[in-house]
Amino acid sequence: MKTISIGCGAGFSGDRTDVALPVVKTLITRGGPAAIIFENLAERTLATHQLSKQANPELGYEPLLELEIRPILADCLKHNITIVGNFGAANPEAAAKLILNIAKDLKLEPPRIAVIKGDDLSGEHGLKVIQKHLEPHFDGDRFVCANAYQGALEIAQAIQAGAQIVVAGRVSDPSLTVGPAMAHYQWNADNWDAIAGATMAGHLLECGAQVSGGYFSDPGKKEVPDMHDVGFPIAEIFEDGSCVVTKADHSGGLVSIQTVKEQLLYELHDPAAYITPDVVADITAASVKALGQNEVSLSGVKGHPRTSTLKANVFFDGGWFGEGEISYAGRNAESRARLAMEIMEKRMGAVIPLRFDLIGVSSILGDDKNNMLNSTPKGESQDLRLRVAGQHQDPIEIDRLLRELTALWTGGPAGGGGVRVNKRRRLSTQSCLVERKLAPASFYFYTSK
Amino acid sequence: MMITLYDIAHARTGDKGNRANISLIAYAPEDYEILVKEATEERVAQHFSDRKPTKVTRYLLPNLGAMNFILDDVLDGGVNDSLNLDMHGKSLSFHLLNMPIQSIK
Repeated sequence: MKTISIGCGAGFSGDRTDVALPVVKTLITRGGPAAIIFENLAERTLATHQLSKQANPELGYEPLLELEIRPILADCLKHNITIVGNFGAANPEAAAKLILNIAKDLKLEPPRIAVIKGDDLSGEHGLKVIQKHLEPHFDGDRFVCANAYQGALEIAQAIQAGAQIVVAGRVSDPSLTVGPAMAHYQWNADNWDAIAGATMAGHLLECGAQVSGGYFSDPGKKEVPDMHDVGFPIAEIFEDGSCVVTKADHSGGLVSIQTVKEQLLYELHDPAAYITPDVVADITAASVKALGQNEVSLSGVKGHPRTSTLKANVFFDGGWFGEGEISYAGRNAESRARLAMEIMEKRMGAVIPLRFDLIGVSSILGDDKNNMLNSTPKGESQDLRLRVAGQHQDPIEIDRLLRELTALWTGGPAGGGGVRVNKRRRLSTQSCLVERKLAPASFYFYTSK
Repeated sequence: MMITLYDIAHARTGDKGNRANISLIAYAPEDYEILVKEATEERVAQHFSDRKPTKVTRYLLPNLGAMNFILDDVLDGGVNDSLNLDMHGKSLSFHLLNMPIQSIK
């Protein structure tokens, strides 16, 4: 049986949009069954898309969807490369409609587009389920949305039913890859080892460049060629679930034992129990081997039966976040920056607990209590930027904070410059585990109305 | 001889809620045992004391010459609550690599 190759076209919402085409061209050159996945949904991304949808029912899908799909659609349809993405986000149906319109615009035969549903628990039924799970901590007034992580099974079923494109909202990231592999090999849903292997292949692919040289380079220590042109990854997945990771032809970047190990462990907790909706994967006996240049295999992943529940993320209105910055330079700059801190603390500290950073001195390693900066002795830096940040339920207080920051221009220490302020809504999250039967997934083929 | 983890290992941070995971991977398989001996849960907790982890858990992966650290409650509530510029704690991997260790070579 021919093996399936699965490429990645995006690893987050807002990823580069010129990377998918080289992956598609490579898949065509290599021949054989293939798919390309788009992973566009971080935890919070979905909630912000839900807010877009509430403001405009035609929106709520990945904003870059057209830029992602238009360059590759004709090639994918012509060469039977299945497109699978969670770019449906909060509004998969609207995303399907857009793709159909792009196809029409490109004068292509209308593609068969499947839409996965069942993840959105924001409606009446879902809300009841979520409310029951979170009580007594469920605050209905601040509720924004709830979504369960669905799995690969419905994606696989949709592909087996003839889907050329699968549009999903919240499915677990690796399931985007497991779906087409499962459909291709007709794995049973309890073929745990194979599904676990494909899950880890999907895990390697789901952050795009992060396995092919992105997020890796450390000049002089870990060198990556042509970082400006990192090629996106492709995994050839075998019937037993093992895989070989490569990347798009004629591109920069690097697939090495080291890039693969870093990404294998990325966002992992217990390596013996990586839980997804499809399986519990165990990489403790896995091995990573270099087969050639930019060619690395992953094998030996074990699988255990999937859990009886699905994880759901529930988002609530979390008030407002505000931050601002101002620069100081030359002699005694740090003293002036620290005086500005003192002024802000005295004018706003009682209303909003403030975080202070002196960018260039201490801005990342300390926690929000400012202990680290406070215990850092005053230095001699002559090029400094002060940052002040806080959050509050009431946007009026955040506006006041930003006005106070702006007033440092005329009312603060000497020589302050370059004030920038911004504010944004915050979302807070709670997670819960929902019985699968309470959040069933399914698919349907989209037809224009 | 005193070296730092940076000399023999590489690392990457991920986040889940208020928890950071940091992988630590030996460049050379023979250095894995140094990591096991030196990069203990206690020492890593100490190295991150500014972040006040409530718990540090280390998972060993001898097959990969790697280990995975879980640092609980170090992200000021996580990406939705933190005021940190680096709210994911992504830069913490290079802080771990700064940790001094004893090299047996």
